Amino acid sequence: MTDMAVAVLPATTAITRGVRLRRRFLRRPMAVVGLVLVTLFLLLAIFGPLLTPDPLVQELTSAFAPPSAHHLLGTDDLGRDELARLASGARVSLVAGVLSTALAFLVGVPIGLASGYFRGWLDEVVMRLNDTVLAFPFLIFAVGFAAIFGASLRNVVIALAIGLLPSVVRITRGEALVLREQDFIGGAVADGARAGSIMFRYLLPNSVNALIVQATVAIPTGIVGEAALSFLGLGVQPPAPSWGLMLTSAQQFLVQAPQLAIYPGALIAVATLGFNLLGDGLRDVLDPKDRR
Amino acid sequence: MTALLEVDHLGVTFRTEDGPVLAVKDMSFTLNQGEILALVGESGCGKSVTAMSIPGLLPTHGVARRGSVLLSGRDLTTLAEHELESVRGKEISVIFQEPMTSLNPSYTVGKQIVEVIARHQGMNRRQALGRAVELLSMVGIPDPRRRCASYPHQLSGGMRQRVMIAMAVACDPKVLIADEPTTALDVTIQAGVLEVIRTLCRELGTAVVLITHDLGVVAEVADRVVVMYAGRAVEQASVGSLFAAPQHPYTMGLMGALPANALRTKSRRLAEITGLVPAPVDDPDECQFAPRCGRATAECRATRPKLAESRVDHHVACYHPGREDDRG
Repeated sequence: MTDMAVAVLPATTAITRGVRLRRRFLRRPMAVVGLVLVTLFLLLAIFGPLLTPDPLVQELTSAFAPPSAHHLLGTDDLGRDELARLASGARVSLVAGVLSTALAFLVGVPIGLASGYFRGWLDEVVMRLNDTVLAFPFLIFAVGFAAIFGASLRNVVIALAIGLLPSVVRITRGEALVLREQDFIGGAVADGARAGSIMFRYLLPNSVNALIVQATVAIPTGIVGEAALSFLGLGVQPPAPSWGLMLTSAQQFLVQAPQLAIYPGALIAVATLGFNLLGDGLRDVLDPKDRR
Repeated sequence: MTALLEVDHLGVTFRTEDGPVLAVKDMSFTLNQGEILALVGESGCGKSVTAMSIPGLLPTHGVARRGSVLLSGRDLTTLAEHELESVRGKEISVIFQEPMTSLNPSYTVGKQIVEVIARHQGMNRRQALGRAVELLSMVGIPDPRRRCASYPHQLSGGMRQRVMIAMAVACDPKVLIADEPTTALDVTIQAGVLEVIRTLCRELGTAVVLITHDLGVVAEVADRVVVMYAGRAVEQASVGSLFAAPQHPYTMGLMGALPANALRTKSRRLAEITGLVPAPVDDPDECQFAPRCGRATAECRATRPKLAESRVDHHVACYHPGREDDRG
């Protein structure tokens, strides 16, 4: 349906808008740095595991090996290829961050839209439940969930999604509250639009900017959350690689092999920083009031 | 011929924290097919509330509505919300005052028109798009095929209002409610938009309820006029009769306040109506205009005059109607 109007005429209008946004984005160096970091992270997560050795193969005889042509970043305490483990860990982080965010949005956006559009008792119930979840610190909540339901990547994703849910609901609701008072919503009602169509065709598309920005906040939160849970042993289980898990095992060898802690730690920091910078940039670029 | 739309003893009361507000007290009028009926009156006299209550667009919470609204004999006030949804946009359409903010900023105008057509008529997207282009050219938008791919912010106010009109008539409604459709536009654009409304009305046989406080607009496009004051109709006539021989002192006051008319008077000064509109909190049994009226007598303050025919097809709610010099 979106492509229909475009099919009539190559949408010059959409392109000019895209070009304008791109120019505004490129004018912000920090945003570009964020984009580069995120892109590198994605490349590492997607292609890294294909290009590196099996991260589970142990060569106990060559534990703590220094970097070599065979092992670009050396090996860990069990003689496993460090780069391969970092790449596979990136994939786990990406899955945890993106899936938990997607899940939170999938559930939270409709709830937020309905809550903001219908107001009334529905809004009250939703917001009080929301406050209840918000009252728990994000990590404590996730830790509790993982502890109760067992440690696995699936449960980590679910726990993180529930933790991310309140902010998604709140932001979507806020957008819906503002938008529902706009004249074009009144116009849609006057044209016979049903509530569902108003929520998903009028409120949602006009909230996209805020939601994109929220996603760039939620994904790194998910990444850090996964690392933290895995670090505590409540997430991904060994021998599977995860940055958090790698930090845990590196602890014992901090003196002999500090690089084993530095690599995953730095990657967590860099990936998170990348998403945050990108999010800040997008927020500025997509802000209709900012015309720089 | 029975009327297309019959508004009968319509009353609307808003419950507020400061007590009830009687926005519309007792409105009755009829609208025939292809007719343009103007509702005129100053801000707050209940024009918009009257019009919005026809397709049930007033908030349901805290609003009490009395009377009936018959569309082709069917009482709209008794319909459930989901039944009204299929009336809105299909049988009764509304054009709002603010073209700048009344379109969805996220979609192209073509897509928005297609949306309305698809909602009410079983047309596929391709047919609907063809119809959208047709509609845009009907409302006088040049290069309609290209404009279909435009976003609202790329169009001027006049263009957007034309798009709104195209959307409103997309499903061939029987009744079009235009709530001050030209107030936000400048005068030259105004004339064009009014022309479009009038042409559509003639060609499609759409009946129009035109809300305005601009008597110039009324004279230009309307067939009949209802003058409202404090939630009631005080005068109802064909446009010719109203302008030739206004009967109610309030109507005469409005006309005296028109610059073109003032120029013809000796003083060449704009006449104003002294006093203020009464607060819509109670409904005493008196002529509500009496406190501001030079002709008010004890009778006016004792009982409210009813709408009565004072000339042919010209109704007025006044004990002392007509021009000063017409009366003996």
